[in-house]
Amino acid sequence: MSEQTVGRSEGSLRRALSALRHDPLALTGSAVLVLLVVVGVAGSWLAPYGVNDVDVDRMLQPPSGAHPFGTDELGRDVLSRVMVAARVSLQVGLVSVGIALVVGVTLGLFAGYYRGWLDNVLMRCMDVLFAFPVLLLAVAIVAVLGPGLLTAMIAIGVVYTPIFARVTRAGVLSVREQVFVRAAVSIGASDLRIMRRHVLPNIAAPLIVQTSLSLAFAILSEAALSFLGLGVQPPAPAWGRMLFDGRGFVTDAWWLGVFPGAAIFLTVLAFNLVGDALRDVLDPRQLTVNEARRSTG
Amino acid sequence: MARFVIRRLLQSGIVLLGVTLVVFLLLQLVPGDPVRVALGTRFDPQTYEALRARAGLDQPLVVQYFDYLRRALTGDLGVSFRSGRPVTSIVLERLPATLSLALTAVLFALLIALPLGILSAMRSGSFVDHAARVFSQFGVSVPDFWMGIMGILLFAGVLGWLPPSGYVALTEDPARWASHVALPAATVGLVTASILTRFIRSSMLEVLSEDYVRTAEAKGLRTRVVVLRHVLRNALIPVVTVVAVQVASLLGGVIVIEVLFAWPGIGRLTYDAVQARDYPVLQGAVLLVAALFLLVNLLVDILYARLDPRITVR
Repeated sequence: MSEQTVGRSEGSLRRALSALRHDPLALTGSAVLVLLVVVGVAGSWLAPYGVNDVDVDRMLQPPSGAHPFGTDELGRDVLSRVMVAARVSLQVGLVSVGIALVVGVTLGLFAGYYRGWLDNVLMRCMDVLFAFPVLLLAVAIVAVLGPGLLTAMIAIGVVYTPIFARVTRAGVLSVREQVFVRAAVSIGASDLRIMRRHVLPNIAAPLIVQTSLSLAFAILSEAALSFLGLGVQPPAPAWGRMLFDGRGFVTDAWWLGVFPGAAIFLTVLAFNLVGDALRDVLDPRQLTVNEARRSTG
Repeated sequence: MARFVIRRLLQSGIVLLGVTLVVFLLLQLVPGDPVRVALGTRFDPQTYEALRARAGLDQPLVVQYFDYLRRALTGDLGVSFRSGRPVTSIVLERLPATLSLALTAVLFALLIALPLGILSAMRSGSFVDHAARVFSQFGVSVPDFWMGIMGILLFAGVLGWLPPSGYVALTEDPARWASHVALPAATVGLVTASILTRFIRSSMLEVLSEDYVRTAEAKGLRTRVVVLRHVLRNALIPVVTVVAVQVASLLGGVIVIEVLFAWPGIGRLTYDAVQARDYPVLQGAVLLVAALFLLVNLLVDILYARLDPRITVR
């Protein structure tokens, strides 16, 4: 039985990889993500200038051979800052979605498996979190905890937790009625073992899709928080913050608005393309949860 | 139907109670003394004591919550730590600006999404369909504030057609209101349109494959009649829900756009309250938006159940 269930999760992974290989859009998205990871990891070494190298003689220079993305209001190289900021976006995306995944899956697993009062209490709590527009709740949490990278990650993790809890619970409700789960109960397997070995591998597909799409929205949310001055604090570079700082100069220095925004757009688009391809193969019924959530941001 | 409405009312009531608890606890999460933090350099013992007593912070936590709940039910959301004015009046003053932006944005979105979604589904696989799908993907991936900045750059900077930011009330000068609302509404509207286009397309495709549509076609009805009388009427039912939810979301979800365009709505108020650490105003704005969101969702569910009776028995 465990071979069968483990086999299913491996099957999900194989189908996911095959989907990415055969879909040109997903392949492009994957290539952008690989590039992003490389830049995110090695950005500090690859960047042509230091991110905080101020040069007042070269303030607001348009794109040129020496500064392909131009310079900002303090004469700093925009390309270098865009490259180093990739790490922040990836870090926030991974950590915040990691928080949402671990907490949401645990809550959804217990709610769906035990049902009854536990299910009712946990799901009503998730309903309460769902009643707040995503960005508004994130702003409120950051406002009380204080702005910064860590609090932004926690806030985004909290607001995306209910999605994972709901997706997990829905999967558990159908899997727990399967014969192999009942068989595992009859041979005396513990609840935790059943959840870990039999239930979780069988709900992997929708969770993989949800994770991929949530990464896109987490990066968008971080950019919005940074734009409001509630994310990464200066002088550390973040794409949203760069847009915020450059908005006063944008009519005279278009490059301050174009490049950081284009970096956010391409990253989010890449995650969405990969997520959509995975969804089409692994979980075609899960259509618009993210779109609805994204609209509230 | 009556049982369904009562059940949904009870559910919404419970969630609203939870929402008040979360909003109340926000103030408790502030590290240190929120009143002292808010007063900052303007601290003086008399104002400090008065604000603490007015906010009920000298009471035990449980007493504070029930007091907050009791006052909230009568429309009293406390007073601003900064101006000393009632929070309810401050928040309600900002509602018209946000409402006018949200409704204009959704109207703009519908003008694009309805024809694009319908055409895309009717001509599945055509150029229009591909264009609609690219547009949808673009809309869900682009940061709205970036699109706003690009809009300012083009329409205010290069072309000089529209003001880059600011607000004029609709009742004061409709023409100037229109010129000020155009950029923020188009920015929010384009993102909303991309989401709606996808919904309308998939909803249309689902109905187009139904047996009764094939029957109508087999009877020899003209395509226009089939689309208008059989397909659209059924396909647009779920779209009504999505549009209403979009409006509700926009009431609290346009913080970034309101900040970018200096639009004095609830989003801008929330941002200003965060900057000034005016926690009662932040709590009031968040509570009002969440309550409105719940109310619209409740109304939509009831409306949806009336439009599609299968819902009440599910």
